[in-house]
Amino acid sequence: MLEILIKIVCVVGVVLLMVAYMILAERKIAGWIQDRIGPNRAGPRGIIQPICDGLKLLFKEDYTPDYVHKFLFIVSPCIMMGLALSAIAVIPFGGQIGEGENAIHLQIARVDIGILFVLAVSSLSVYGVFLGGWASNNKYSLLGGMRAAAQMLSYEVPLALSILCIVMLSGTLRLEKIVDLQMKGCWNIFTQPFVFIIFLFCIFAETKRVPFDLAECEQELVGGFHTEYSSMKFGLYFLGEYAHMIVACSMAVVLFFGGWQTLPFVNLFESHTLGAAVMRILIFLVKLWLFIAFYMWVRWTLPRFRFDQVMSLAWRAGVPLALSLLLLNAIIMHFYSPGSDGGYSFGYYFWQLFANIGVFVALIMIVGFSNPQLAAANKPILIDKTEEAS
Amino acid sequence: MVLKDSDKIIIEHPKLNFWDKIYLPAIGQGLWLTLRHWFGRKIAMQYPEQRREDIPVSEGGLRKSNYRGLHRLNKDDQGRVACVACFMCETACPANCITIVGGPAPWPDREKYPVTFEIDELRCIYCGMCEYACPVDAIELTPIYNHVGLSRRDMIFDKEKLLENYDKTKDIKPRKKPPIVGYSSDNKSETVEYWNKIEQENNKIT
Repeated sequence: MLEILIKIVCVVGVVLLMVAYMILAERKIAGWIQDRIGPNRAGPRGIIQPICDGLKLLFKEDYTPDYVHKFLFIVSPCIMMGLALSAIAVIPFGGQIGEGENAIHLQIARVDIGILFVLAVSSLSVYGVFLGGWASNNKYSLLGGMRAAAQMLSYEVPLALSILCIVMLSGTLRLEKIVDLQMKGCWNIFTQPFVFIIFLFCIFAETKRVPFDLAECEQELVGGFHTEYSSMKFGLYFLGEYAHMIVACSMAVVLFFGGWQTLPFVNLFESHTLGAAVMRILIFLVKLWLFIAFYMWVRWTLPRFRFDQVMSLAWRAGVPLALSLLLLNAIIMHFYSPGSDGGYSFGYYFWQLFANIGVFVALIMIVGFSNPQLAAANKPILIDKTEEAS
Repeated sequence: MVLKDSDKIIIEHPKLNFWDKIYLPAIGQGLWLTLRHWFGRKIAMQYPEQRREDIPVSEGGLRKSNYRGLHRLNKDDQGRVACVACFMCETACPANCITIVGGPAPWPDREKYPVTFEIDELRCIYCGMCEYACPVDAIELTPIYNHVGLSRRDMIFDKEKLLENYDKTKDIKPRKKPPIVGYSSDNKSETVEYWNKIEQENNKIT
């Protein structure tokens, strides 16, 4: 019991610290990409900037307008942040310390349903956004909330299907076992690269980051679903979005990049001692930060999608591709099931890679050689009424 | 009116080739570009430590000879205000920020001089039309860009403040042409002689 409490305190503390410093990281990386330096006045190189931002948000006037639905208005940001923090509970970030009965597993909750818990929690977080937009009693917020809800729900489907590929091939829903299998065999990024690409754009859409951030874009919707929020409620939305990003990035690291394994086939720091555990946690964190940097890199590169493009990407591209990959992976699993000792043959990995590459190449061929029909409205039709009149 | 066929311009969507239709190479190029900028040279001037007037002009520094900052009223070589209260700057100003009250000059060689000369620096748009319009080059814009005022009234500069600006900046930005001498119509010959001499010198140079 005490062990779990200590783990909770440590993990939530570290996650909240990371969330605060992601504000600084976002601004610095944005500055570097734009040929300037980010904030560097608040401490040496801007280290104290997140504290300044937090204090600024706390000291702002916390205004709840009269026309909002009070309970939902106040509860929505809490839902968003709270759910993101609870999803951290099942993520393994190191192996175990000690042996046998008294082993300390570096994971807060070792539940049977591992990955399903994270999917369920991210489905619930749609409520945070949607209720916030609806409760604000503001047409811009409502539109933002609706769009965000539609987007998040649509992308649940390809996300679940791509995770299902990994789960099916690993044979377990438990996250620590998925990492163990990657450590014994090959990282899933090498055997299932295209599933990773589908997973990647699904998590970009789930966390509502560019290029899918139309729920909060300033150009179209004033502020989107967080127009009416100020001070710490806005801070909770903002930090909740970063916490979701951390959950999504750690999912990517655990499912595809081998969790805490140093390099693809190198097994350092695998002993169950404390020192090795510290190194494993560090390796996990480094991978996590690289992923977060990738998220921010993409944010300042790509333009935003239009809403119909977002929807068609989910339903017309994401779902068929994920389904076809699921089918192919199921066929491979039928023929190349694991041996009695739990080992996997070379053919198993090779055919997965082949199926992925095959689907990718087929997609490119289909899209590249298609001739998109432009809408009839794009063709200029001129009716010259002056000739009829005269 | 009837639209002729030659008036119609038909704009079509650009044709996409194979690599454009599959999107991913373009995304890759974009990511590579931002990566190069991420680890490339940053162009940022750390303001209080580095100032733009200290950087050479070729690297983005401030060109003191024609930067349009706060105004100044020039003094002639006897230390008197050079303005003759002709109201041309007040008329030329697009923002109506100059207010002059003219009066007879206390000096024998000049007809008029400005009794009060006020510029509201907050209404000013720093276009330089007053400098362009002045026939005696009395009003000029200095390279001072970082003046701070604590109230709106502080930023309405009167004649003394403008002359003070002259004292502050006459070394940084000297008066651009030789000063006008001989203001009054009685002394026109002096002015004419002076300009003839300048012209002779210029002809010798060219």
